Amino acid sequence: MSLELELFIQQVFNGLTIGAYLGLIALGYTMVYGIIELINFAHGDLFAFGFFISLTIFTALGIPRPLEGFNLIVVLPLIFVVTMLLSGGLNVLIDRVAYKPLRNAPRLAPLITAVGMSFALEALFAIWQGPSQINYPRYFPQIDILRDWMGLEPQLLFITTKDLFLFGVTIPLMVGLTLFVDRTKLGKAMRAAAQDREAASMVGINVDRIIATTFFVGGALAGAAGLVWGLYINSGRFLMGFEAGLMAFTAAVLGGIGNIRGAVLGAFIIGLLKAMGDQYIGGAWSRIIIFAVLILLLVFRPSGILGSTQSIEKV
Amino acid sequence: MNAIAESWSKLPRMLQVGIVLALIIATPYLIGAVEQTSNFALLSQINRALIFVVLALGLNIVVGFAGLLDLGYAAFFAIGAYTFGVLTWPNLGIQASFFIAIWICAVVAAFFGILVGTPTLRLRGDYLAIVTLAFGEIIPTLVRNLDEITIRIGDWVILDKFNLTNGPQGMNPLGRPDFSFFEGIFNMQPGALAVSFDPKFWYFMIVITAGFVLFASRRLDMSRLGRAWKAIREDETAADFMGVDPIRTKLLAFAIGASFSGLAGVIFASMIQAIFPELFRFQVSIFLLIIVIISGMGNVFGVLIGGLIISTFDGVLLAQVLPQILPDVDVQSLRWVFFGAGLIIFMIFRPQGLFPRKAKAAVIPTALAAEGGD
Repeated sequence: MSLELELFIQQVFNGLTIGAYLGLIALGYTMVYGIIELINFAHGDLFAFGFFISLTIFTALGIPRPLEGFNLIVVLPLIFVVTMLLSGGLNVLIDRVAYKPLRNAPRLAPLITAVGMSFALEALFAIWQGPSQINYPRYFPQIDILRDWMGLEPQLLFITTKDLFLFGVTIPLMVGLTLFVDRTKLGKAMRAAAQDREAASMVGINVDRIIATTFFVGGALAGAAGLVWGLYINSGRFLMGFEAGLMAFTAAVLGGIGNIRGAVLGAFIIGLLKAMGDQYIGGAWSRIIIFAVLILLLVFRPSGILGSTQSIEKV
Repeated sequence: MNAIAESWSKLPRMLQVGIVLALIIATPYLIGAVEQTSNFALLSQINRALIFVVLALGLNIVVGFAGLLDLGYAAFFAIGAYTFGVLTWPNLGIQASFFIAIWICAVVAAFFGILVGTPTLRLRGDYLAIVTLAFGEIIPTLVRNLDEITIRIGDWVILDKFNLTNGPQGMNPLGRPDFSFFEGIFNMQPGALAVSFDPKFWYFMIVITAGFVLFASRRLDMSRLGRAWKAIREDETAADFMGVDPIRTKLLAFAIGASFSGLAGVIFASMIQAIFPELFRFQVSIFLLIIVIISGMGNVFGVLIGGLIISTFDGVLLAQVLPQILPDVDVQSLRWVFFGAGLIIFMIFRPQGLFPRKAKAAVIPTALAAEGGD
């Protein structure tokens, strides 16, 4: 395999890894938007929360690294569950405090409380964990799959067990969420509430509970993304939620906001754009490329790639 | 409160204007006296607050009047400041006069307003918000990257590592208002009017600009165009059917709103003398949106007062006064907690904003109404 081809494949792979965790965050954005039409600016901060709380749990339990045997098979999934429960719970709490009192207020009022919540959370993270870059120990064992397991001799390609772990967690969560929304009764109620809140409550759906569920699921996914990021990238900062949230929101809009498959698709597109931009054009420009693609796409498809054209009338 | 308002409205118009003018003129001297006794930097904070008021008034046209949610308004602020930078930064050799540059910058900002507005014309609601957000992210990043421009067509090099914006180092120094022209006219000593380092000078400069922008906003609010904006805001489809051209109306909102922030950008750049890409990030756009929404969208005087309150709350109370009252607490890190919590509490108790615009009931003259009834 030529060097150029390997480089290209590696970048595609990198793009997919970025897309995988962005997708988890974007799902929460898109679900909340679908139901209460709120750009939840504080959503990215739950990603940071997942990062910090899982780090705190790892440290508190004093788990040796790298994870092996029992710790890998039992403790890690448990930490995952706890992190997701706590992040989901926090998101429900945020909704109770900052958005629920404003359900019938002017449309921009909850946008401002979301911004306020985001400011407050970021400042609290800075107090809790310090303002500087934080090292997340390398808990997950990193084994070079191509060279050590498969005996291949690529020049550049570098794919490790960490990548397997990343996809092994994010893809099932995305599929699981899609099945949950498509197949279960609760998911059906969520879709009904997203279509028309009033009509949904008329046919006996407890809309308040559905909204709380949505916030819980969205927060849990963002928390999971934070944990995955910690184990994969091994460093983070109190402001990390802002940038991730911005990109995830962009992904959700790119795919068509309110559309679950669209959010995942948008996240992978952004991941690929970022990886390719970093490699072939220069890191300083990839942000510009992502946003320029977003603008161009919306010019030709005003409601995103998979967004229904009907949603234009809804606003 | 009502008694004061009532007796105020009974005063003759000339006296009202006189009192307001006297207050405006006295403010920097009063504050100067306060600054002498305490060690707060108040006047420069008020100057900053007033610049934010000018910006918020511009954003108010886009968001408050026309109902177009703009999350990237700081981009126009950046364009105003950086156009001024390009026109007056000594390294580029143009060094245009402040009084000429400020108009060029306003026009350039308005042009960019139209540039952003055009692709958003088909978009509604939050899709528009994300495009403006994207633009607001592109501009600072672009400015940061434009320090080594190389344009080549084949062997023909048009530009080789041309430094337009000085990248992350920022541009410094920038032009200051130069009064030698006026001094020449009035036969004054050269440099007699060179007071542009004094915060008082900038105070008056900004007050004049703010007054102009306030006046323009008021007139626009009541004009045919202002009514068209509000019609678009309330129901675009209905407005379109009533003969309001949505494309022209929206683009004018973007252009006029942007030109205000172009003016603010020039004054800001010339006042602080150094501009960096970081000064125009998303946080600025959000801060301005907070001012507009908290003040009560669309209300011009509300935005003036709300902008002053919020900027001083953040710049003076949280940043300067609180650390002195509570010396043991690490206020700096708690500052944003307070700010965020303050936003949430405020919005929950007053979701319509401080000074919501009173919807004027459409008064149809009885004769006309009777005619219409036939």
